[in-house]
Amino acid sequence: MTLSPKDRRALGFFAGFLLAALLISGGLSYFASSSPDGLDTVAVNGCVLNADGEPEAGTCIAQNARDSATAGSPLAGYAVGGAEGTTGLAGVLGVVACLVIGGGLFWVLRRPSTSQDRPTRET
Amino acid sequence: MVEQITAMHMSDGLVNIPTAALSGAVAAIGLALALSRARRDLDDRTAPMAGLVTAFVFAVQMINFPILPGASGHLLGGALVAILVGPWVGSLCIAIVLVVQALLFADGGLTTLGANITNMALISVFVGYGVAMALRGLARRGRAGLVATAFLAALVGTVGASLGFVVEYAIGGAAGAPLGTVFALMVGLHILIGIGEGVITAATVGAVAAIRPDLVYLLRGTAAPLQLRHTATTDGSSS
Repeated sequence: MTLSPKDRRALGFFAGFLLAALLISGGLSYFASSSPDGLDTVAVNGCVLNADGEPEAGTCIAQNARDSATAGSPLAGYAVGGAEGTTGLAGVLGVVACLVIGGGLFWVLRRPSTSQDRPTRET
Repeated sequence: MVEQITAMHMSDGLVNIPTAALSGAVAAIGLALALSRARRDLDDRTAPMAGLVTAFVFAVQMINFPILPGASGHLLGGALVAILVGPWVGSLCIAIVLVVQALLFADGGLTTLGANITNMALISVFVGYGVAMALRGLARRGRAGLVATAFLAALVGTVGASLGFVVEYAIGGAAGAPLGTVFALMVGLHILIGIGEGVITAATVGAVAAIRPDLVYLLRGTAAPLQLRHTATTDGSSS
């Protein structure tokens, strides 16, 4: 199968986009801030936190927060098996999962290709 | 166990069960609508693009950037997906990211998944899209206009998502923090996060538009009508 220059250009762009996602999740993620995000900051406002950053005393939104039912999953907390230093690998796996699920769903949903034989308006 | 990345979305127990159920219903209706509308925006070219955008948003959501001492923010991606793949496909992109995060990464609760989808996959996408559409004239004028539009859409979309949480908390917050304080803190912090969101969105949209402007949903249909008008005026013989 030979690809037209147009197809090759599209493939090149898609490959570059995927590479960017892999580099960000696999590498840049090590430099992410570990401070709580905006929502978490508001959620613990008013509570005294323990060493794990969980509310211990006081009144705050997060005082009734529970661990997710999936807290024991192999990739929980963006680490593989809970091991330190595996954020990048966990991130890459997440990128692949999103690509497979998203790409698969959108490919199935797409309109049948008619662009090849659809006449253009310039008559 | 030291977690490198803290939880980023609403955990279980932040709102009561009726509120979680209500948000779940809103999310389900919104996503059902998105599924039916997304079809017409997806073809052989845009379907792979949408899959990649989903993966890209997951990756960038991992990057928490500092906004204040002890507080960070991360991209939500609503305006980004709306501008690149349109609001209906974009809602599905963000919803997929949130489901993957909740199921595989224990990030965001299962009972609050509906609320997270409502805030980030629906509100931030459609508010961002609304701003982008309102500024479409500016966006289509050139690169600077597009980048400025992306920045503003992302900023407003992020604040919109934070207001979604405030509403859910007002309906059924499961704790006693005063609503006024929650409102002020959420909006204040998310204006700062929105600036970061705006910078990332503007940079990404600007980069895609520089290489493949045809893959930017917001710009779609710009080249063709202009060309048509041109040909119509240059060869006056055609009718």
